[in-house]
Amino acid sequence: MSDTMAGLLQVGLLVVALAVVYRPFGDYMARVYTGSKHSRVERAVYRFTRVDPDSEQRWGNYALGVLGFSVVGVVLLYLLQRLQTLLPFNYGRGAVAPGVAFNTAISFVTNTNWQSYVPETTMGHSVQLLGLTVQNFLSGAVGMAVAMALVRGFVRQRTDRLGNFWVDLTRGTIRILLPVAFLFAIVLVALGVVMSFKSGVSVDGQTVATAPVASQEAIKELGTNGGGVLNANSAHPFENPNAWTNLVEIFLILVIPVCLTRTFGTMVGNRKQGHVLLGVMGALWAAVLAVIWAAEAHGLRPLEGKELRFGIPGSALFANTTTATSTGAINAQHDSLTGLGGGGTLLNMLFGEMTPGGVGTGLYSILVMAVIAMFLAGLMVGRTPEYLGKKLGKREVTAAAIAILAMPTVMLIGSGVAAVLPGTTSALNNPGAHGLSEILYAYASASNNNGSAFGGITVTSDWFQASLGVCMALGRFIPIIAVLALAGSLAAQRKVPVSAGTLPTTGPVFASMLGGSVVLVAALTFVPALALGPIAEALQ
Amino acid sequence: MTTMTPLAPVQEPKPLRQHAVKAGVFNPRQLLTSIPDALRKLDPRHQSRNPVMFVVWIGSLLVTVFAIGEPSVFTIAVAIWLWFTVLFANLAEAVAEGRGKAQAESLRKTKKDTIARRVTEAGEELVPGTELRIDDLVVVEAGEVIPGDGDVVEGIATVDESAITGESAPVIRESGGDRSAVTGGTTVLSDRVTVRITTKPGESFVDRMIALVEGARRQKTPNEIALTILLSTLTIIFLLAVVALQPFAAYSGGTQSVIVLTALLVCLIPTTIGALLSAIGIAGMDRLVQRNVLATSGKAVEAAGDIDTLLLDKTGTITYGNRWATEFIPVGGTPLDTLVDAARLSSLADGTPEGRSIVELCVTEHGRSAEPTDHEKTGEFVPFTAQTRMSGIDLGGRRVRKGAASGFVLTAETRRVVDEISAQGGTPLVVADNDAVLGVIRLSDVVKPGMAARFAELRAMGIRTVMVTGDNPLTAKAIAAESGVDDFLAEAKPEDKMALIRAEQEGGKLVAMTGDGTNDAPALAQSDVGVAMNTGTSAAKEAGNMVDLDSDPTKLIEIVEIGKQLLITRGALTTFSVANDLAKYFAILPAMFASIYPQLGGLNIMHLHSSNSAILSAVVFNALVIIALVPLALRGVRYRPSNASALLRRNLLIYGLGGVLAPFAGIWLIDLVVRLIPGIG
Repeated sequence: MSDTMAGLLQVGLLVVALAVVYRPFGDYMARVYTGSKHSRVERAVYRFTRVDPDSEQRWGNYALGVLGFSVVGVVLLYLLQRLQTLLPFNYGRGAVAPGVAFNTAISFVTNTNWQSYVPETTMGHSVQLLGLTVQNFLSGAVGMAVAMALVRGFVRQRTDRLGNFWVDLTRGTIRILLPVAFLFAIVLVALGVVMSFKSGVSVDGQTVATAPVASQEAIKELGTNGGGVLNANSAHPFENPNAWTNLVEIFLILVIPVCLTRTFGTMVGNRKQGHVLLGVMGALWAAVLAVIWAAEAHGLRPLEGKELRFGIPGSALFANTTTATSTGAINAQHDSLTGLGGGGTLLNMLFGEMTPGGVGTGLYSILVMAVIAMFLAGLMVGRTPEYLGKKLGKREVTAAAIAILAMPTVMLIGSGVAAVLPGTTSALNNPGAHGLSEILYAYASASNNNGSAFGGITVTSDWFQASLGVCMALGRFIPIIAVLALAGSLAAQRKVPVSAGTLPTTGPVFASMLGGSVVLVAALTFVPALALGPIAEALQ
Repeated sequence: MTTMTPLAPVQEPKPLRQHAVKAGVFNPRQLLTSIPDALRKLDPRHQSRNPVMFVVWIGSLLVTVFAIGEPSVFTIAVAIWLWFTVLFANLAEAVAEGRGKAQAESLRKTKKDTIARRVTEAGEELVPGTELRIDDLVVVEAGEVIPGDGDVVEGIATVDESAITGESAPVIRESGGDRSAVTGGTTVLSDRVTVRITTKPGESFVDRMIALVEGARRQKTPNEIALTILLSTLTIIFLLAVVALQPFAAYSGGTQSVIVLTALLVCLIPTTIGALLSAIGIAGMDRLVQRNVLATSGKAVEAAGDIDTLLLDKTGTITYGNRWATEFIPVGGTPLDTLVDAARLSSLADGTPEGRSIVELCVTEHGRSAEPTDHEKTGEFVPFTAQTRMSGIDLGGRRVRKGAASGFVLTAETRRVVDEISAQGGTPLVVADNDAVLGVIRLSDVVKPGMAARFAELRAMGIRTVMVTGDNPLTAKAIAAESGVDDFLAEAKPEDKMALIRAEQEGGKLVAMTGDGTNDAPALAQSDVGVAMNTGTSAAKEAGNMVDLDSDPTKLIEIVEIGKQLLITRGALTTFSVANDLAKYFAILPAMFASIYPQLGGLNIMHLHSSNSAILSAVVFNALVIIALVPLALRGVRYRPSNASALLRRNLLIYGLGGVLAPFAGIWLIDLVVRLIPGIG
């Protein structure tokens, strides 16, 4: 079988697998977030945390919940790393340095999983399991909770209540992430992924690090986290041994962001509304995939930095998926991608992580973009703009604008400052356009909470640790607050009934308007910067 | 003795505009005359109200300073064209305001200094009109100007309101009822009335009109604010992109000059829509005024574009208010011809629409003449009175009468005919010759021609029409079916109207209605767009958020279109503005960076002559496009009623795709000229 055929077969299998679970899993998630019953385990959690699961929150309280929970998460994760010497299974890996600990704590709480450390030599199993893996679950559940609050904003009328953050968080973790991650951890072990509490095995006199990989691998992909247990991430044979695990991991990355569009359609009472979002996400995902695939296949050294067991299509598929979601796991060195291919992965992030984006974050990001697109589209049909029956006025546009502004702002400021700092040049492996791509990629990855690394840039200096940490935090929480504010003002509105004058948001015209907005906003914002990086490289 | 005059065939009265307040079409000369105003608007305090143009203003200042520092043809040319960009935006606003000022001027002429005859306990005193207070009573007689807005509390008079409405035909104003409101500045033509003043001086209807059309108190409408936020967001994004470009350029080894970076910024931010936004708003209000509609707020105009449900009074809107003769029904064996002759005779001198319609029917259906014979001209017309409830003619001993059934002694047969006509929603007029009843004329409501097409248009726009009528459900249904309205409310009382509006609004719909009576006031206030007729009471005018000076209830349809047009123009120009940026990137980025990375010269697909000519051409295009679009901003994007998807497709094609392509051609053409300038090429 030719490489291309194998690649097409993988894409085909992936699409079929997603299509099979789309309805049941999407509807299941809708039931999770709309049901009124609490399981026994959940009741125990609520009793223990003194949460009244039947009370609901205003958007401000919901946001406070998200922020408070995340701050506590950062503090605990920071302490856990700094106090590693006191923990079992540390294998002599001492206290994590403050800069690394700060960066890593924010990184995992914000669902970024940017790793400025070498896991095998820095983190013991306790920090991995109690700290990083726990955040892999919780940060994913936070993203989904925020997305559901926004969906409720569209669904509900004349209320100031968006649901209960603690309930959404608990249910997302217990009913969605835990069972699916458990199931697929077993599948991955069966397919050859390592699961061991040893620190390493001796092979031909050389020690190769091992860890409880499979249990983290599943949630690493399912929660679109991406933080590897081993430094080589999914390029490592213990994390991703063969083409089957490669496909399973890609499936896991996509399954929640994709099926959430079904959840959305079900919750707003019109499945087509979800289909159109999925269509836009899918079209952009496929378009960039085609670019990366073609660029890599025709590159000067096509297999440089790629694993032979995945080949070009398997690498392109993974690279595209991991950057189009906010995952950031890698199975190839993105630094070795061609100018165009690397530009494609960068572009995926600069779209704002919504093709299909991270768990929850992808859905709320594309809904925010839909609000902006519908504002313009609404004007052009001569009505004050509305989307899903909610009017888009001053408050809604302001909230959506802030949500959209956050990422480019922190990304451009961060990378702009980094570009002129005297220490930067020495941190780069490559001069010129490729070096700028490395800087842009690092800040795009952090600001979008992607976490993948282009590599080729040494990010252990205090400046990088601190600035990337700040980019991750602001890139995560500014949009979340804005999205919840948007949800709040939407929920307070009465629903405008559909009439013949209403612009339908299920057809191709809206889809192209939305897709166009995603591309246009990214292009207009980043083309000048990209011209000096990937575009200059690609035109060489 | 009333002499008989020949009757014109019945036709819909057409308003004759003498000097209706309007601004006329856009004339390029207005650009020149508005230059002084545009220069005055360079004041930073004025500029700061428009975030997009304020950025351009600051950029122009910055570039000017740098251009003085290192003068060259290129730097000075960029500085000049950046200032032109600001100036052109000011010009657009000044032209729009200038048209409003012209209207205000024509209104101000009506604000003569009047002397009012204030009623006091002792009798009357003469005071200046400006000293009148609310609840003062003033007396106005024929030939005098009404000193302030108010309601007639005593008497009846004909009033010339042409100063306000442009309508030459005098109107009747009388105490009590729905025709009691008078406007300051209008002239009493006959009789004498006592008026209770209802507004303070300076807050009268004319004052409010002047303030509105001048745009002096113009506040940004909700949608305009939301759009401004979006435009500010885009501006911030581009500001970031351009500011961050300098360190990237420095890293790449080619620091850019502030002039070039500012030029790039100004080209990228949405200057086209930013420059024209306020002109679009002012022009929208202006288009309403040209149609003789005054809106008390821009918000109401925007809301008009969103209307879901339109409540239309049947009478006067859907049907000719006047009942028209449609059939002669003889009774008691009377030959039809006898009835027709008697009916014609009784109506020859009857100037009422009903009377004229009877003659019309005699002419068209029964071959009679509309002209009275010499003999007939000697007859004496007996006008309708409330007591007799009949009218007719006395001619050589014959007393021919037509009138309400209650004025005649009816046979059982006649009674049956009369009842049947009533039951069908018509009005029966009994015709008698010397007390002998000859038959009955059926007056029916006639639906205005073209209504069905209009309602179909409204349906295409997504607007549901509801006919409101006092008729019984059967009649209402028949007329509703004939006229093509979507729904009707029969036997409607004012509170029913109110309940209907509330019910629609409960469902999240926006409701528009027209009204004139005091009992319409609550419903007008409740509706989202309430258009009060100028002939209506001041209570109605206060309650609504628009006043139609022509008192034409079908005007609502035009108001909806203007509201939609206003929003479409904003959306289309925003799309155009943003779409323009693609070409500008292709012009400016290679110009900036080809020296660092020669391969980026490949992006210069327009083959612009040099870096300097490319940048200058983009700046010049960016400025000129503002002027080029002023007429469109003032006139508004054409709106054709159609469904939303088709509209969006069309506008995306014209302003989205057009916006992508136009600057490629424009910048290329400008470059052909600019490259000839010594020091640029």
